[in-house]
Amino acid sequence: MPLSKDIAGAFGTCEQTVGPGRLLPTGPHRAADLNQHLRAHGPLPYQDGPKLIAAAGEAGLTGRGGAAFPTYRKLQAVLGGEPPVVVANGAESEPASAKDKTLLLVSPHLVLDGLQLAAEAVGARQAYLYVHRNPELLKSLRDAIAERTGRQLDRLAVRLVEAPARFLAGEKTALASRISGGSALPRFNRPPVSERGVGGAPTLVQNVETLAHLALIARHGPAWFREVGTPAEPGTMICTIHTMDRPVQVIETAIGTPLRSLLPLRAPATQALLIGGYHGTWLPTVQAAPLPLANAALRPLGATVGAGILAALPASQCGLVESASVVRYLALESAGQCGPCLNALPRIAGALAALADLRPEPHMRANLLRWAGLAEQRGACHHPDGTVRFVRSALIVFAHEEHCHLQGRCSATDSRPFLPVPGIPPGHRDWK
Amino acid sequence: MDLRVRVNPITCAGHGICAELLPERIQLDEWGYPIISQDPMPAELERHARQAVAECPTLALFVLEGSDRD
Amino acid sequence: MISAESGVTLWHTSRATGMFSVWLLSAAIILGVLVNQKGRLTGLPRFGAEGLHRNISLLALAFVAVHVLTVVIDPYVNTSVADVFVPFVSSYQPVWSGLGAVSADLFAAVIITSLVRQRIGHRTWLTIHWLVYVAWPVALIHGLGAATDLRSDWEFGLTCACVVGVGLATSWRLAAAIRAVPRGGRATSILAEIHPAPGQPAGRPGSPGPPAGDGPPVTMHRTIP
Repeated sequence: MPLSKDIAGAFGTCEQTVGPGRLLPTGPHRAADLNQHLRAHGPLPYQDGPKLIAAAGEAGLTGRGGAAFPTYRKLQAVLGGEPPVVVANGAESEPASAKDKTLLLVSPHLVLDGLQLAAEAVGARQAYLYVHRNPELLKSLRDAIAERTGRQLDRLAVRLVEAPARFLAGEKTALASRISGGSALPRFNRPPVSERGVGGAPTLVQNVETLAHLALIARHGPAWFREVGTPAEPGTMICTIHTMDRPVQVIETAIGTPLRSLLPLRAPATQALLIGGYHGTWLPTVQAAPLPLANAALRPLGATVGAGILAALPASQCGLVESASVVRYLALESAGQCGPCLNALPRIAGALAALADLRPEPHMRANLLRWAGLAEQRGACHHPDGTVRFVRSALIVFAHEEHCHLQGRCSATDSRPFLPVPGIPPGHRDWK
Repeated sequence: MDLRVRVNPITCAGHGICAELLPERIQLDEWGYPIISQDPMPAELERHARQAVAECPTLALFVLEGSDRD
Repeated sequence: MISAESGVTLWHTSRATGMFSVWLLSAAIILGVLVNQKGRLTGLPRFGAEGLHRNISLLALAFVAVHVLTVVIDPYVNTSVADVFVPFVSSYQPVWSGLGAVSADLFAAVIITSLVRQRIGHRTWLTIHWLVYVAWPVALIHGLGAATDLRSDWEFGLTCACVVGVGLATSWRLAAAIRAVPRGGRATSILAEIHPAPGQPAGRPGSPGPPAGDGPPVTMHRTIP
């Protein structure tokens, strides 16, 4: 199996933004500037809680962390009990996603505005910003927060909490555990985080992009938000786009944009599209090419936009090798707490790796399907479910390639890795 | 009749006592972890369900009564 | 009025019940480790071993109760109820009785928490349950000290067997605890067993820049160990 390349940490390679410059300004990405932010967007419009929640509802804002849950309902869920805690979740955790990092570097003040507005709307007593451990990003955020504090913009002090570089660190129960002082391991979600989260208090967890949208809805209103996008899925979303031999792009685009205008989707040069990240779905190019970037069109095919990760797999690469590499990573990223996940995922990863290596195990398909069935819905979090979804779609889309591998040959002509999979040092155990 | 049995998969260590005490609703997978049926629980099984919950060595099993949210 | 003969009988009873308590406690500990390590007693289902552990513990409790009662009502030793549970205040053999009291207190805590296990939650229950590893040796030393002799060979032999048995069970439990991989590292060790990856790089966490000549540069966060 070809070696997976490690992930570089250089931020200077952000691609310039295309599309409606709402969250990310058009043109090359620049560092954050509070004055420029206030000039461009106006002052932070603190408002009546019920008014903001109603605006979020009318605007049809849904979570941009992948689950697309209606934001106004999440806000309502933490009302009525003790003062809640609000967390801006910037720990995107997906190696293939760069949108949250980019947003936090380029437009942190929109995120921080949204955090203040959400906190005010739910009567929160504590606010946190949760991001992966990255020196440049943390420094930039600390400076931004300090500048706002200096100008007395923020009503609630924002505490920065570092997340470990683990795939599950951004999961809501893992996040609550980490912020409460423990390790970033998922916990059993009863009672849910919205009832007992950080420090036992009701906790509102929102993706940083969602909060940025909220900051703009508070200024311009729900009708403005609905000017782009689709009626069922209004607004814009930020996508991370992977194309072979090109830098990774972070693009803000209206929901409903045709996929083929975002990345090359021409068969046979492109063989498949991965949509939704490593818990997402492979789709054959001919099926994906006519589709818009919208859940309404994707759900019937078993896919969702997720957190906007799109990767166009060229025909020259092997879909099984790429998938095996991802699944191995996902198996290693299991928290190791739930028997079904801990046992099934490594076995699935092993079987796929053996298939990718042209030495398939006996009864491979039967085993894979059995293990997949045993893993689904039997973990405390959705890691096994997402992994199984990715695996099932790979087995469907790369069935022809599987046939070749079973006969001892691989049709790929390029052994370079395509999807970014972090190298994990052996014995890596850091969950804090 | 509205009783449902659920497991906390983090606390569960795969002892398998629950499957012995409530075999009509709980079976073990190939690694010893419980697979719990979603079928409704008839009244005569309730006592066994509660016993299975009480005897779990790690208290991973719990019951949801009629109005409890799943 | 308690006669001299009944005084001697009380002493015999107290001595005998004390010894049975130690033997039963030993069996309970061995069974407890067996349940914890998911072992099987031939022919018995798992819940049988667990039930046996519980019933033997309760039987031990009964014997301890009788043991304590005979000591208290025995006119030849001036032991009050308080002396049973408050260590080292007895005027009769303060040290050995004190150890008995310590052991009784610890054992009582374990039994009581086990009876209300579902109400206090698993973690609290487990933390207190570990006190048996203290209660048992203290009970044994109390017995060896307070009983002025180990009358016959078989009593001595059985007590030795208990020491060996509990010693082995405790070692088994300790070894399992030491061998256990912490949660965060389990996935790695299982995958290494199932599918060791040939040629996998031995950890290159977060290179500072794009890999030279190896595909397009990417904008990703560092994987920092």
